[in-house]
Amino acid sequence: MVEPIISFKDFGFQYDSQSEPTLKHINLDIFPGEKVLLAGPSGSGKSTLGRCINGLIPQSYPGEITGSATVAGHDIKDSSIFELSFSVGTVLQDPDSQFVGLSVKEDIAFSLENDERSQTEMRAATKKWAERLDLKPLLDHSPQGISGGQKQRVAMAGVLIDESNILLFDEPLASLDPASGKASIELIDHLARQQNLTVVIIEHRLEDVLQRPIDQLVVLKDGEIVGNDKPSAILKDSLMQQLGLREPLYLSALQLAGVKLADCDNIDSVKTVAGDNIESALQRWTAGVSLQEPPLPTEPLLTLKNLNFSYNRNQPIIHGLNLTINRGDMLSLVGRNGTGKSTLSNLITGFLKLDDGEMKLKGQDLTQLSVKERADHIGYILQDPNQMISKAMIFDEVAAGLRLRGLTDEEVERRVSDTLKVCGLYEFRHWPISALSFGQKKRVTIAAILVLNPEMIILDEPTAGQDLRHYTEMMNFLETLNREHQVTIMLITHDMHLMLEYTQRAVVLADGGVLMDARPADVLTNEAVIEKAALAKTSLFTLAERYHLPSALDFVAKFVQTEREARSHE
Amino acid sequence: MNSQLLIGYTARDTFLNRLSGSTKLIGFVALSIIGMVTYDTRFLLGVLLISLILFHFSKIKYHEVAFVLQVIVAFAILNLVMVYVFAPSYGITIYGTHHMILGSPDHYFNLSWEQLFYEFNLLLKYIFAVPLALIFLMTTNPSEFAASLNKIGVSYRISYSVAIALRYIPDVQNDYRTISLAQQARGYEISRKAKLMTRAKGAIQIIMPLILSSLDRIEIISQAMELRRFGHNKKRTWYMAQPFKRNDYLALIIIVLIVLVGIALFKVNGGRFWNPFE
Repeated sequence: MVEPIISFKDFGFQYDSQSEPTLKHINLDIFPGEKVLLAGPSGSGKSTLGRCINGLIPQSYPGEITGSATVAGHDIKDSSIFELSFSVGTVLQDPDSQFVGLSVKEDIAFSLENDERSQTEMRAATKKWAERLDLKPLLDHSPQGISGGQKQRVAMAGVLIDESNILLFDEPLASLDPASGKASIELIDHLARQQNLTVVIIEHRLEDVLQRPIDQLVVLKDGEIVGNDKPSAILKDSLMQQLGLREPLYLSALQLAGVKLADCDNIDSVKTVAGDNIESALQRWTAGVSLQEPPLPTEPLLTLKNLNFSYNRNQPIIHGLNLTINRGDMLSLVGRNGTGKSTLSNLITGFLKLDDGEMKLKGQDLTQLSVKERADHIGYILQDPNQMISKAMIFDEVAAGLRLRGLTDEEVERRVSDTLKVCGLYEFRHWPISALSFGQKKRVTIAAILVLNPEMIILDEPTAGQDLRHYTEMMNFLETLNREHQVTIMLITHDMHLMLEYTQRAVVLADGGVLMDARPADVLTNEAVIEKAALAKTSLFTLAERYHLPSALDFVAKFVQTEREARSHE
Repeated sequence: MNSQLLIGYTARDTFLNRLSGSTKLIGFVALSIIGMVTYDTRFLLGVLLISLILFHFSKIKYHEVAFVLQVIVAFAILNLVMVYVFAPSYGITIYGTHHMILGSPDHYFNLSWEQLFYEFNLLLKYIFAVPLALIFLMTTNPSEFAASLNKIGVSYRISYSVAIALRYIPDVQNDYRTISLAQQARGYEISRKAKLMTRAKGAIQIIMPLILSSLDRIEIISQAMELRRFGHNKKRTWYMAQPFKRNDYLALIIIVLIVLVGIALFKVNGGRFWNPFE
């Protein structure tokens, strides 16, 4: 009988700083060589469970432990981060912060330096892992000079070099573009097999992780394990939504077509899912839905003509870009990391100065306006709300822009109250910002921009790091702003679901220009564009192809339409 | 973006680049100390000549260091003027004679050859160390920098914090830029158009979010380092440390000789000052 390598028995944990236990009655056995996915909404305790495995609990986060937990033979109660680090390698969520060396090679060798190994040993080990993870040409590069996916591979090399046999990944997909995310999941799978590793992945994006086989899916909710089985068994119960997780799209589509998941086989991947009546049910459903494409807005708001921009002469980032954004658009801006999505927004807001080209807002030349003047028309919301918040109280934060524009107190009071009501923050107006959750803080930063009455807002990854519930709240809110308050919205995103389900227009950037400008379903069914812009094909497309539906594009569009209708009736 | 304001390492193919960082650090520190202690003009001129020759061989271009040099020159001049203002007859006190150019030693403000000579020595002290410091900073790979600090006895935790600072300066600069622009968009004017008070207030609005986001970052980095066993052992090795080679030993011997000459001159002069007025 093989012993489990990680074992929790009636385990509980309460942070010293909290009044309630974060983990309760956890019973979990993970056996050597298994691949386990820990999923759950924010606050479910999945990150806390991860910290118990790598020893940050109880050493860095003191608290009270009940029950017992052993990791690779160590009782976590009295073992240190140091001891556990030889058995457990951790890859943190943000590969940028994990990068502590001044160059790739130093970062890979970091733990060996701390073990006082000789330079010859370090060079040999670094070379070996750089070769395995395809990092050799990058060894001398600085962290600023490589992409997010590459940084993550450096982080992996840096923990694999310890030859530890448990790997723990904390939300490995959070900061990667869809194609890099896919590559990363494939690499993890490959390494796990090759090195016979035990892998624990903490992630709430089920569908992306399930692209490769997972042995055990553990679902946490409110600090307890509510599901622990093979992924197919849990998916069949179709409890995902209730558990606060996003159900894989192809499963939602199957259910929409009236297929019972319980009757299907191999449902943990769109490539294998099978059942007697799937084909006929999908055919029937797609024939029964008529596609009504509502007209897109056509009145130009912002016209960009022949834009050029480069940080240094030889490498233009934006090159001959043309784009017209219409009043009332809700569009997503997508593309590979580093392809100029943020650069384009920075040019529009005046954060960067255009080399040449024409930018007009309702016929007015934008290039003549200062950052502040442009902000009266176009608001920009950064990904990290902490970078925008400068006041302690919600009301003051939202009022700041108006006060600086010299409005009277009554006017400020009126407009701030109105905006807070729109954003669902009115009850909180006298609260300190520090008491808010991440999603609420994000909403405060949106309110602080909306109060200036811009015609258009640009949001950078509005839902990054948020679970399904917060994601849905945020997107419904933005949809309302767009529909009922006629705010034109441009979203910069890596999230294909978001682009497909919530936006009517997708602009794909590549090679410094617009590669494709069409409805999201068109983009996500165009393989050449997907490849070039590092996007990911949706599982709906694969499903349509596998079951020989007449048009994959129509199928995807009909699915989105049905979901959207269901949403507006809620 | 503002890289020309900061001095930094670039790979140059010179013998100074190939010396180990520790040798350069020891050389810089040892020569600076002996140069700061002694007032022997002959010795100072000698060391200045050596440091200028080394600077020439380091292939550092003037335009790379122009800004820093201007700042240093401005401060040196200010300093010399202030020394004169506060102690115009200090030279006379030191050298014990008075060869007057203007005024008499009885007045507070006067000008003597002794004072000029004393201030000339000060000037030499300011100048000779500058090329040495620049050579050290600009020919030592930042990664090796931490290793060499550690080698001369600084604790590795402190040494590594230097490396970490170098690692994150570009990121923090980026954060600063982003935050500053986001605040400007809200209406905080911090450009030269605004009044000083408004600009100061605007700057405060940037600093708070910058500190908050940096604190978050620090917490994650320290966890990442701890998870990879930083700080557990008493010592650590360095991937980028350069072992001592023949040239390093040669350089160290020369440095020791120069320092010994400096010390020997104390004996000859009967003190720190060389007195040409006797």
